[in-house]
Amino acid sequence: MTDELDLLKSALQSAPAPDAAAKTRALRLAQENFAQLQETAAAARPTPKATFLETTMTMLTSNLRPALYATSCLVMAGAAFVTYQGWDATRPTVTTHEPAALELAPQDEAAVARTDMPMADMAEAEVMEAAPSPSPKVSKRVRPQGATLGKLSATNPSAADNVIAPPQPDREIFAGEAENPVKVTAEDPISTFSIDVDTASYAYVRAAILDGALPRPEAVRVEEMVNYFTYAYPAPSDAPFSTNVAVTSTPWNPDTKLVRISLQGALPAIEDRPPLNLVFLIDTSGSMQAANKLPLLKQSFRLMLSELRAEDQVAIVTYAGAAGTVLEPTPASERAKILAALDTLEPGGSTAGQAGLHAAYALAEQMTDGEEVSRVLLATDGDFNVGINNPDALKTFIEDKRDTGVYLSVLGFGRGNYRDDMMQTLAQSGNGTAAYIDTLAEAQKVLVDQLTGALFPIANDVKIQVEFNPSVVGEYRLIGYETRALNREDFNNDKVDAGEIGAGHQVTALYEVTPVGSPALLNDPLRYGEAAAATDNEELGFLKLRYKTPGAAESTLVETPITDTADRRASAGWAAAMAGFAQLLRGSNYTGDWTYTDAIALAEASKGADPHGLRAEAIRLIKLAESLAE
Amino acid sequence: MLATAAVQGDAKAFGLLIARHYDRIYRVAWRVLGAREAAEDMAQDVCAALPAKLSSFRADAKFSTWLYTVTMNAARDRLRRRATRARANEGWAETTKLAQAQAAEASADQEWLAEAMIALPEDLRETVALTLGEDLTHAEAAEALGVSQGTVSWRMSEVKRRLRAMVEEQSV
Repeated sequence: MTDELDLLKSALQSAPAPDAAAKTRALRLAQENFAQLQETAAAARPTPKATFLETTMTMLTSNLRPALYATSCLVMAGAAFVTYQGWDATRPTVTTHEPAALELAPQDEAAVARTDMPMADMAEAEVMEAAPSPSPKVSKRVRPQGATLGKLSATNPSAADNVIAPPQPDREIFAGEAENPVKVTAEDPISTFSIDVDTASYAYVRAAILDGALPRPEAVRVEEMVNYFTYAYPAPSDAPFSTNVAVTSTPWNPDTKLVRISLQGALPAIEDRPPLNLVFLIDTSGSMQAANKLPLLKQSFRLMLSELRAEDQVAIVTYAGAAGTVLEPTPASERAKILAALDTLEPGGSTAGQAGLHAAYALAEQMTDGEEVSRVLLATDGDFNVGINNPDALKTFIEDKRDTGVYLSVLGFGRGNYRDDMMQTLAQSGNGTAAYIDTLAEAQKVLVDQLTGALFPIANDVKIQVEFNPSVVGEYRLIGYETRALNREDFNNDKVDAGEIGAGHQVTALYEVTPVGSPALLNDPLRYGEAAAATDNEELGFLKLRYKTPGAAESTLVETPITDTADRRASAGWAAAMAGFAQLLRGSNYTGDWTYTDAIALAEASKGADPHGLRAEAIRLIKLAESLAE
Repeated sequence: MLATAAVQGDAKAFGLLIARHYDRIYRVAWRVLGAREAAEDMAQDVCAALPAKLSSFRADAKFSTWLYTVTMNAARDRLRRRATRARANEGWAETTKLAQAQAAEASADQEWLAEAMIALPEDLRETVALTLGEDLTHAEAAEALGVSQGTVSWRMSEVKRRLRAMVEEQSV
């Protein structure tokens, strides 16, 4: 160790002893909150369906007494003055742009203040209002009984609710849902879901495993792990996509079968594609500084730029503190100008996600004329920490813009505070895809190889409904697609939004079905239930699929019976291996004593041609996961 | 185990747990933020939020490692907020006065420390707070920071490089 490090070490280890009074206060507050939480635990626990925003709001409004909020916000405000003496004291003041006010129809002035300030700043504003001559010593340790508090909560109790940094359970938040349960066909023969062509979950899992840790179970979405890979599905003839059904054995259960439903999107000739209008909406907040975030993002966009044509247009908007247009709409042929603009991006400030979105959409609309495709490409680490306090308004905004023809795709970067569920929600509302980019190779796959697919929708609102035949199938379960479940009646309702298929996209969905009389049945028959009407029909079930061609308001129906025809093609094995791997990572209840070793064997046996090495990489990941799981 | 009991709602266990770990939280906060009062405030915030966060603690993890992660996240949030506030408070003469008062109290050692820490970007600062300050191994620090061990080792060599550059600059 060098002298410098030794010196730093001894200096760091001479931390001043904590102030006893401060310690006592902190411990008492912790214990108060602990007691509160125990009391309200049942009421406050968010449902798994809630998005992170809803969760946050639930916690804000129900976890703790308002009085405690107020205490904490006063404490936080106090911190604003004293933190100046920290390591940054002699540094030049960090300048961040003023977050732009949002156009979300604020009700009053207080609402405006709420939308254009980060939560923490609001605490400060409230206190400054209440105590015009701020002094850290005075405002810092006010207890709930204090007069200042009374004024604060009396003047604006709802603001007080919104102020406190919420006790968030974690910084990374995933759109995790409990595994789909096994359904008894006689009781519930219909299964309805929306397709999903996202692959973000696979890339996230890869990043976690390569970093030496198993991914959190809720970060694993089985369908995205399966759909990450390409399969040899037959190309469609005249429809926008082909539909195929195959039935194979289940690797992890000899007594059940796998029903594989696959869609293959048509791939129009690339030269025929209409001009593209792309608005890069780039998160340049401080959290994007890591090498796997903004620097990787710049490289990724550079890669993509080389695939664009002279008639395509590009604009760049950033959001960090304030949303700003870095590059006005520019023809893709002016490569040097675009690259120069990209190079000026520097991380700093907090994330004004919503203001950025508004600016990007305004540009996208300005660029559209006629039949061109306009798309906002949002690149972020997902930490929208400023300006979004009305998730519904944001969602509605994106949905309205979608209907006017501007789509939104989301590219996730980095780990640490990745808000997966937010990314999913935004992309789903904007008719786009959510991808997670962890390496330059992934950027190549997502942005270059799939440029057409990612950017040209060929079928919208694709929904799948399967009715199983109770005289053949005793039980079934849909593997994955937990975040895409639809109600039975949503299938025929064209107003209900669902997933999109882009040019060349593939979608695979797997059901595990248990034949009637199989030893693998989990549920006993009902003693008093009606016996299912026996039919001679030997079909396993009936597949119905609805989609809209882009721009159409009414959907088209496709119907296919599911029959027990053996499918020995390798692609079924690979999809099953990936589904099995994903379920092991999720800690599935249904994989029995099937192990990572079995997954490796199946994957290796069904690897097939692997031109880009993606499958070989996946096998390495399973092996790593196996060693990590020990 | 105390942490497990606390997760299950045992108030006594939680009280004991937090009393044992408060100093750790405070020390780490001080190392990252560089000011006593800010560190006390932050430690208090962490303590206040800990009951709610406990649900994300998994019994197979080491409590201290998990706590380092929580503390580091809180420190990052605070630094981020500070960047925004810095602008809001521009022109407040108070700030400078307070800083000067603080500087006068500081020993030469602490002055050097402040200089060294200011020279380090946030991620390196966090890393030294855990490796040098808390004596964690690179592997432990990596786990707490949510990065790979290689990243921690790389950061430490980077710290070394920057410190040497700083010392050389001073001796010129």
